[in-house]
Amino acid sequence: MPNPKKRHSRCKRMQRRSHDALTTPAVSTCPQCGEAKRPHYVCPSCGTYRGKTVIKKDEAL
Amino acid sequence: MRHNRDEKRFDRRPGHLKSMLSNMTNDLVISGRIKTTIPKAKVLRRFAERMITLGKDGTLAARRRAMAFMRSKEAVTKLFVEVAPQYKERNGGYTRILKLGVRPGDNASMAFIELVEGAATVAQAAEKAKAKKAPAKPRAKAPAKKAASTAPAREKAPKAIAKKEPVEKKPRKTATKARSGT
Ligand SMILES: [Zn+2]
Repeated sequence: MPNPKKRHSRCKRMQRRSHDALTTPAVSTCPQCGEAKRPHYVCPSCGTYRGKTVIKKDEAL
Repeated sequence: MRHNRDEKRFDRRPGHLKSMLSNMTNDLVISGRIKTTIPKAKVLRRFAERMITLGKDGTLAARRRAMAFMRSKEAVTKLFVEVAPQYKERNGGYTRILKLGVRPGDNASMAFIELVEGAATVAQAAEKAKAKKAPAKPRAKAPAKKAASTAPAREKAPKAIAKKEPVEKKPRKTATKARSGT
């Protein structure tokens, strides 16, 4: 069976991992309630988008 | 090979895909707003707006072409009579897609797709639904809080029960008759 002939160096390992970095997700603040939300998405906490109520949220619940 | 073809098929055969799109168009016309995945909303937009354009034409030929795709008299009538006339001044862009985030379970990105002119009516319907729900809760809580309000609540309660009983009995009788007859 084929097997690695030699152990890769630390340098080689880090070179391989140079493309594995995670990106931080885009976050914006909701102009209505100030909560963090995804840009271009309806606010999940208050249900508004661009100043208009999209989903009715009952505050009592 | 399907190089550079832009249509999305959603893992469906042509008949299934066509049925899905026509059903979704009917739902959108009748409800004014539907919730679906973002890719489906983006494909639906193309077909729904085509139907609204036919509705703006308003001729018998246009109505038959709409009927050929939508295959629902109810939806086509609503489209031609109520929906399309609202878009006389608008050249395209009859629908709006609002991104909602991901669905629990399969992590699919979800969206509302709504008729631009129908959005106000949807909001009104939501308020009506909320108004219907809201009075129901205080009625249940009222007897416990105030002794004075218990009297009218008791008067209402027996009537509601009296109304329900005959409604429940009648179908049973007819059902038994139907069984004995056969
Ligand atoms: Zn918000």
